[in-house]
Amino acid sequence: MATSNKKPGLFDHGLIEKNVTLMMVLILLTVSIGGLVEIIPLFTIESTIEKVQGVRPYSPLEQFGRNIYVREGCYNCHSQQIRPFRDEAERYGHYSLAAESMYDHPFQWSSKRTGPDLARVGGKYSDAWQVAHLIDPRAVVPESIMPGYAFLATRPLKAADVKEHLKTLKIVGVPYTDEQVENAAKDLEVQTRPDGDTAGLLARYPKAVVSNFDGDTKVVTEMDALVAYLQMLGTLVDFTKYQPADFKQ
Amino acid sequence: MPTKVEKDSLSGVDTTGHEWDGIQELNNPLPKWWLYVFYVCVAFSLGYWVLYPAIPLGKSYTGGILGYSQRDVVLADIATARAAQGAYRAKIDKASFEQIEADPDLLSFAIAGGRSAFAENCSACHGAGGAGGKGYPTLADDDWLWGGKADDIHTTLLHGIRSPVDGDTRLSEMPKFGVDKLLTAVQIDEVAEYVLSFTGRDTNKAASKNGEAVFTENCVACHGEKGEGMREVGAPRLNDNIWLYGGDKKTLVETITYARAGVMPAWGSRLDPITVKQLAVYVHTLGGGEK
Repeated sequence: MATSNKKPGLFDHGLIEKNVTLMMVLILLTVSIGGLVEIIPLFTIESTIEKVQGVRPYSPLEQFGRNIYVREGCYNCHSQQIRPFRDEAERYGHYSLAAESMYDHPFQWSSKRTGPDLARVGGKYSDAWQVAHLIDPRAVVPESIMPGYAFLATRPLKAADVKEHLKTLKIVGVPYTDEQVENAAKDLEVQTRPDGDTAGLLARYPKAVVSNFDGDTKVVTEMDALVAYLQMLGTLVDFTKYQPADFKQ
Repeated sequence: MPTKVEKDSLSGVDTTGHEWDGIQELNNPLPKWWLYVFYVCVAFSLGYWVLYPAIPLGKSYTGGILGYSQRDVVLADIATARAAQGAYRAKIDKASFEQIEADPDLLSFAIAGGRSAFAENCSACHGAGGAGGKGYPTLADDDWLWGGKADDIHTTLLHGIRSPVDGDTRLSEMPKFGVDKLLTAVQIDEVAEYVLSFTGRDTNKAASKNGEAVFTENCVACHGEKGEGMREVGAPRLNDNIWLYGGDKKTLVETITYARAGVMPAWGSRLDPITVKQLAVYVHTLGGGEK
């Protein structure tokens, strides 16, 4: 540039190259456009979640079962998203809605299906089958390649921090009420006691599956929690109440 | 502002004319093919933005002039498939099971649909082809707990057995004779011996004889005098060699002590009515097909 004496024009790159402040302002402007394009849609995410009835935060036992699902890496082989394709809808049921995983932190959509999709596995098999299958998958499905998780049936569920757990989820946006937080420990226990006082639990968490999942009435095991979680997956929205047009976005 | 474009003596490439402190900038433009592919991509993306859903606008988004939605596509796909099967589906819907099984075309349609639904939904418990397993009845034989006519199977499929979510589910409960202290350990042992005697396998005749009284008092109401079972309450036959949980003495004692209460989900709320009917036909034809 050493030899130029011409006055730079408005769109002349030379103007920017010679003016550090101007260059910084323009760089900031350019970079922020890229950032905003990626970030702004996230602020409008609420509007992309379908308005459906029935989706509720997980009951304490389900939430702890979900933690075990995450801990054991179930998502490595099982997805939880039925995509809007005919073959998937025919096999697994109605395609998944965004609303159905809105209280997931983090969501378990996953991307790999070594095993089948689990988005609507709730109620598909009996509790006894789920327990037998988790203990030894090949005992019920001879061709299965899933590892066994027999230890879940003998490990007591560590849930002393259940209240704090719900409080933490509340901070990240799960709408647990004070009543739900207050009764967390009780609700966790009673969900495994079909002969117990489950009215409060069912009022706070409609459609929660109450069962003595693993057959052991003395201890709440990790098996109880995981099966409670599996048995509610995809069962909260009553699709008979909706028309396809209701999910138009 | 390029002022002195000239060939660089080392590389033979044109310079841009820019020079800073004696260092010259070489002009190596992008290859033409790359540049044109890039322009085509830009043009394509502009077309895509106009035709398809693209840009978020706060509460909504630009829908695109094609009005494309994958959710509509899947509905249309399913509707097309249903329409292709429409004639058969309509007939299956209306026909009785006797009519379906009398019509070879309808029967093969029902079995084909039933087979694929069975593989996805039923084989996890009942095994491939209805082979069954411990706690999960074999469906490929003629021994039925709750009835083996197509209509019975249909009812079982629709409402399940001891389903926690279906009010019309098939329901019965065997008492936990041991756990609830309805019988003593000795009585349980004796009645197990007596049950073994139905199939000529009792080893202790005296115990078996004592067990008869226990059986008459506690078991006959559901399992029948000679252990012939009762389908109204899903009570298994005890005088054959088909056992759901096992027919050896140890398992019998376990069953009498703790009772059994197998659960089958209700499929009426999971599968569409025609699929359930197809399943009933398929399962009915696995064994001898009770009339």
